[in-house]
Amino acid sequence: MDLSNYIYLSVILFTIGAIGVVVRRNAIVVFMCIELMLNAANLAFVTFARINGNLDGQVASFFTMVVAACEVVVGLAIIVTIYRSRRSASVDDASLLKR
Amino acid sequence: MTTSSHLVYLIALPLISAALLLLLGRKTDKWGHILATLVSASAFGIGVSEFFAMQGRTGDARAATQKIFSWISVGTFKVDASLLLDQLSICFVLLITGVGTLIHIYSIAYMSHDHDRRRFFAYLNLFIAAMLLLVLGDSYLNLYVGWEGVGLASYLLIGFWNQKPAYATAAKKAFVANRVGDVGLSLAIMIAFAQFGTVTFAGVKAGAPHASTAALTAIGAMLLLAAAGKSAQFPLQSWLGDAMAGPTPVSALIHAATMVTAGVYLITRSNFIFDGSSTARLMVVIVGGITLIFGALIGTAKDDIKKALAASTMSQIGYMILASGLGPVGYAIAIMHLLTHGFFKAGMFLGAGSVMHGMDDEVNMRRYGGIGKLMPITFATFGLGYLAIIGVPPFAGFYSKDKIIELAFNAGGTKGIILGGATLLGAAITAFYMTRLIVMTFTGAKRWDEKAHPHESPILMWLPMAVLAVGSVATGFLFNSGNSLVNWLAPVLNSRNEVGGEELMKPIVVSALALLAVIIGVGIAVGMYRKEVPVVAPEKVSVFTRIVRKDLMQDAFNEAVLMRPGQKLTEGLVKTDYFAIDGLVRLVAGIFASTSTALRKIQNGYVRSYALIMVGGALALIATIWVVTL
Repeated sequence: MDLSNYIYLSVILFTIGAIGVVVRRNAIVVFMCIELMLNAANLAFVTFARINGNLDGQVASFFTMVVAACEVVVGLAIIVTIYRSRRSASVDDASLLKR
Repeated sequence: MTTSSHLVYLIALPLISAALLLLLGRKTDKWGHILATLVSASAFGIGVSEFFAMQGRTGDARAATQKIFSWISVGTFKVDASLLLDQLSICFVLLITGVGTLIHIYSIAYMSHDHDRRRFFAYLNLFIAAMLLLVLGDSYLNLYVGWEGVGLASYLLIGFWNQKPAYATAAKKAFVANRVGDVGLSLAIMIAFAQFGTVTFAGVKAGAPHASTAALTAIGAMLLLAAAGKSAQFPLQSWLGDAMAGPTPVSALIHAATMVTAGVYLITRSNFIFDGSSTARLMVVIVGGITLIFGALIGTAKDDIKKALAASTMSQIGYMILASGLGPVGYAIAIMHLLTHGFFKAGMFLGAGSVMHGMDDEVNMRRYGGIGKLMPITFATFGLGYLAIIGVPPFAGFYSKDKIIELAFNAGGTKGIILGGATLLGAAITAFYMTRLIVMTFTGAKRWDEKAHPHESPILMWLPMAVLAVGSVATGFLFNSGNSLVNWLAPVLNSRNEVGGEELMKPIVVSALALLAVIIGVGIAVGMYRKEVPVVAPEKVSVFTRIVRKDLMQDAFNEAVLMRPGQKLTEGLVKTDYFAIDGLVRLVAGIFASTSTALRKIQNGYVRSYALIMVGGALALIATIWVVTL
């Protein structure tokens, strides 16, 4: 099976994730889309590792997973806190920095 | 050269007195005028003793110097604050302190009703100190300090009654006109330093014969500009008439006898410069010639007695400047006329002040008439001054002015005839306007108000007038007997005894011509003004009279040629500054302000738009890399 198909899949997943971040308002969905983009990147890393025949990409994907796990913890905590104080998980409502 | 240790007191005494009166203020009101007069008199005393001490010395030892302190010492440029009293300086010292003391005495009475008499005397002393520094400085730079000092004193005294806006303006006008001349003096000093590496009179004198004619001409022209500013010569003459806003004793001391003659001093002192450049001498002669006719013409149409005398001063200084441009012997003759003029003109100004004192400060001669009978002493002293100025033998002006006319005729060729003719014409006009003045003031029917009560002035006022009148009578004969003044000044001025040049006419013929001119002038004036004099100046007069009444358009000329273009230039500069320079700065600031206003809108606080921008940025980056590596 041609390895480039994995790359295409990775690109498609990343694009879906990016579009999701931009167009969805719900913080949880935005968050899930970010995860999707990270995993798309992971897929690309692993595929490139396979293509080049070394382990660099696989190591990088582990780093990504660790960072993603941390990010999930912090991100979900922030989202829960925002939801508690504002009764809403919409990212557009959390635009206080503008003012 | 003798060294002296007490020249400095000549300047220090009046200076300290002036500082005392100004700093202690009203506390000195009671005795300030007495102190000032005593100080002036003691300066005169020192001057007289120095004069006799000089008589006792001979040759080069006659001149005395005193180094006060080392003033500037920068690299090769060294200037000492030191004084030089030579045969030329002593004439001025005696004139300044002598006439100055008389005018101090006169002012005690004249200013007795003035609230600020103390301040007046403080300024007078300041003037005496500055003027003495001017004539005693041994270098151009020391002279310059005194030159500025008398300018300041003149400004303060013209504007003494500065509660009247017109008087304050007159003071400002004098200051500005003088400033133009001062620029000339400072340029002359700079050129002299560049040329000779020194600014002392002795140093410049030693270097002058080796300098190029062009340099000497440049220095001479700049010195002439300075002299024109200070001595109210063409084309900087217009301030003198307005300077009559000052109290009359000031007009007598500063604007007749001493300060305005500083220009003549400057030129005669710089004889070594002018000896080396015939072009510079020609310029001096032209300026003097124009001014002597100019001033005399203005004098014919003035109804204000002080302004008529001011015009006359301008004209007489024109004679002196003319003489000092006519070579070695001219310098001495110029100084001679300066000294005699100092006596008779100061005397006449004090006489005019005396008349004003008796007439409630009325200055319009058309409101005088028949005062001679009521003020006999004033009439007599004024009359002697009058005879002196128009040049009736054997009064003082005859000797000095006659010499100048003779000198002018002997200048040679066409130049001689033109100059001689101008001086003769000037003499005739002088006789005309002075006769007009005296006829309108002292004789004829009375034209004054019922309220005025003309009365003779107190002794403190007529005594100085009497002394000056004696001077007007005797000085000419004194200076001329055995060429005493010319011989006395010869070591400083390189002047020879005889009137030089080829003789166009015999001296006796010149004298006769001059006398004829005077008789014609007097005759016309008596004929015109013996009859009824209208109280209001007639309106229906010729164009020429109108122009002369407006001071030959000197103010209009200055306004059109200097003031208006100057204002336009300033306006233009202000506009350039506002639109071009400020505009550029404002444009740059505006670009940044509007750009940042536009950019600020990106910061809308929506997370999703930030995300979009990031995505866009990432895409753009990738696209760029793709394009570059393609």
